[in-house]
Amino acid sequence: MSLILETKNINKYFGKAKPFHVLKDISMGIKQGEFASIMGKSGSGKSTLLYILSTMDTDYTGELFLQDELVTGKSQPELSHIRNEKIGFIFQFHYLLPEFSVLENVMLPAKKLGLKTPEEIREEAMDLLKKLNIGHLDSQKASKISGGEKQRVAVARALINEPILLIGDEPTGNLDSYNSENLFQILKTLKDDKGLSLLMVTHDEDLAKRTDRTIYLEDGRIID
Amino acid sequence: MRSWKVILEIARTHLFTKLKSTVTASIGVTFGIAAYITLVSFMTGLNSMLDDLILNQVPHIHLYNEIKPSENQPISLYNEFEDAIPIIHSIKPRQNQRKIHNALPILNDLEKNKNVKGASPQLQAQIFYLSGTIELGGNLTGVDIMKESKLSNIQDYITQGSILDLKNTQNGILLGSGIAEKMSLSIGRKIMVSTAQGDRFQLKVVGIYQSGIAEIDNIQSFANLKTVQRILGEAENYITDINIKLNDITQAPALAKVLERKYNVSAKDINEINAQFETGTNVRNLITYAVSITLLIVAGFGIYNIQNMLIYEKMNDIAILKAIGFSGIDVQFIFLSQAAFIGISGGILGLILGLGLTNFIDNVPFETEALPTITTYPVNYNPANYIIGFFFALLSTFIAAYFPSKKAKNIDPVQIIRGN
Ligand SMILES: Nc1ncnc2c1ncn2[C@@H]1O[C@H](COP(=O)(O)OP(=O)(O)OP(=O)(O)O)[C@@H](O)[C@H]1O
Ligand SMILES: [Mg+2]
Repeated sequence: MSLILETKNINKYFGKAKPFHVLKDISMGIKQGEFASIMGKSGSGKSTLLYILSTMDTDYTGELFLQDELVTGKSQPELSHIRNEKIGFIFQFHYLLPEFSVLENVMLPAKKLGLKTPEEIREEAMDLLKKLNIGHLDSQKASKISGGEKQRVAVARALINEPILLIGDEPTGNLDSYNSENLFQILKTLKDDKGLSLLMVTHDEDLAKRTDRTIYLEDGRIID
Repeated sequence: MRSWKVILEIARTHLFTKLKSTVTASIGVTFGIAAYITLVSFMTGLNSMLDDLILNQVPHIHLYNEIKPSENQPISLYNEFEDAIPIIHSIKPRQNQRKIHNALPILNDLEKNKNVKGASPQLQAQIFYLSGTIELGGNLTGVDIMKESKLSNIQDYITQGSILDLKNTQNGILLGSGIAEKMSLSIGRKIMVSTAQGDRFQLKVVGIYQSGIAEIDNIQSFANLKTVQRILGEAENYITDINIKLNDITQAPALAKVLERKYNVSAKDINEINAQFETGTNVRNLITYAVSITLLIVAGFGIYNIQNMLIYEKMNDIAILKAIGFSGIDVQFIFLSQAAFIGISGGILGLILGLGLTNFIDNVPFETEALPTITTYPVNYNPANYIIGFFFALLSTFIAAYFPSKKAKNIDPVQIIRGN
């Protein structure tokens, strides 16, 4: 199976005067259709790693590949395009644009990509919302729905451009057990039905066990 | 590829959800532009009124025969005194006619000159206005009134009667308002004038002339050229002055020199007066622009603050947009297009408000002795001012928004997302 995402010897430091070595020689890969989880203590560098993998953070050494293509060193606009087209990101804190409706939030990345007509995008966004059981919220302001609902909207938004990789930073961290389980099931279905590759940071041992593979981070290093 | 539609959509949503900031920013621009339009219209209106007052009353080139001593006194003909310094007492002006020699051919020739808009003949005569035993000294100028009215704004200064009345009345006179007052004369009445030689003529008052300058109005009157020639007992080619208007006033000094040599007369151009005059015009323009630009800078700072605030408030939105694939430039364009909207809407409103205020000033009564035809404050509705004003609005909003938008462009989404 081919690798969707691969890193070679990624190192990251924080600070200039007294550099703090956050990530140490991270070499890893995510296969097509794999659901991997990352675990580790608070402060071990999980989020920092995800920001690099999602191409948002470019301040590191080493190499990052997406579908065997070197991403490291590409220009900001190119990276923006890659994020837009290939990567879905779900934050720990459901970041939505509060002044836009739920539907508009979901449609934004697709409108940016600009490959489909607004009608097609609207239809697909509605389909996604319905699949996530929040179809009835489409015209609500994003600031006026509950946390669990927001998280599902964020998932819909991450999926609208049919990315090859979905990255989540503790997407279930803020949810109660019912909503957390619900979201996990949704992600699992995506992997099973669509062959989507997933990489998710979690503190929940039980959830991690149910993924295909768990990567453990300790003090910025992957341990087996 | 830039996805303008979605960028504008986001910009619009931000603008309308932050309506108060948007309105505040737009109002800043509106007032700046309105003040600019009002000031410029008023100032340029005043300027052209003063131009009219002074420049239009003065011919661009004035041809006449100057009374002056010969430049070569007879002594210079003697070779014996070549090395000496001659001292001559009581030099008299050269015996000379006031009349311009060949005036009619010169007029014909001038009409053919393509730099010349027109040339009007005048005959200046010293006369006395008689009222009983009282004699008042004065000037009677003989003019071709139809030509004169085309080249100068003399009709603006005829407060009663009209140029046609003069044209159609052989022995008519446009009487200076000061004389009319002193002699209690009005239209239709007769006035006796006498020449320096003592010949008396009766003229009929067909109009009142008021330049607004008392010294002039107390002595100056106008009559038809032929009438004055008859009063002086001179032929039809007796003309003392030719006033010339040019198509391009800047040609005046050069052309005056040419005409002086060509026709062997004295020629005075408007340039000296004009130079003094332009200083005043320039100072007024400077004030106008200084005040307007200050207002726009103040408006610009308002926009700068509001945009900075907006970007600070929208930090999360910016981070999300960048995370989901909007580039820094996309984000910058969102904020710049908001500024463009503020600039365009504020600018258009400013132009409308400016037009309204200008119109208001235009209707405020303004009566002055100096300008009998002007009843309200002068304003200028030059469309160029509106185009410049609009351009200013866009420029100031763009500059004000550019730096905040650049900040938004460079915001690191990771820092924001991590920060929460
Ligand atoms: N901007 C920064 N400057 C300096 N040090 C930082 C910065 N951001 C993070 N760190 C440090 O880097 C380390 C890794 O942080 P990171 O956020 O990746 O941890 P994490 O594994 O995601 O923790 P958590 O489980 O609490 O989210 C921490 O020790 C943190 O203090
Ligand atoms: Mg973290």
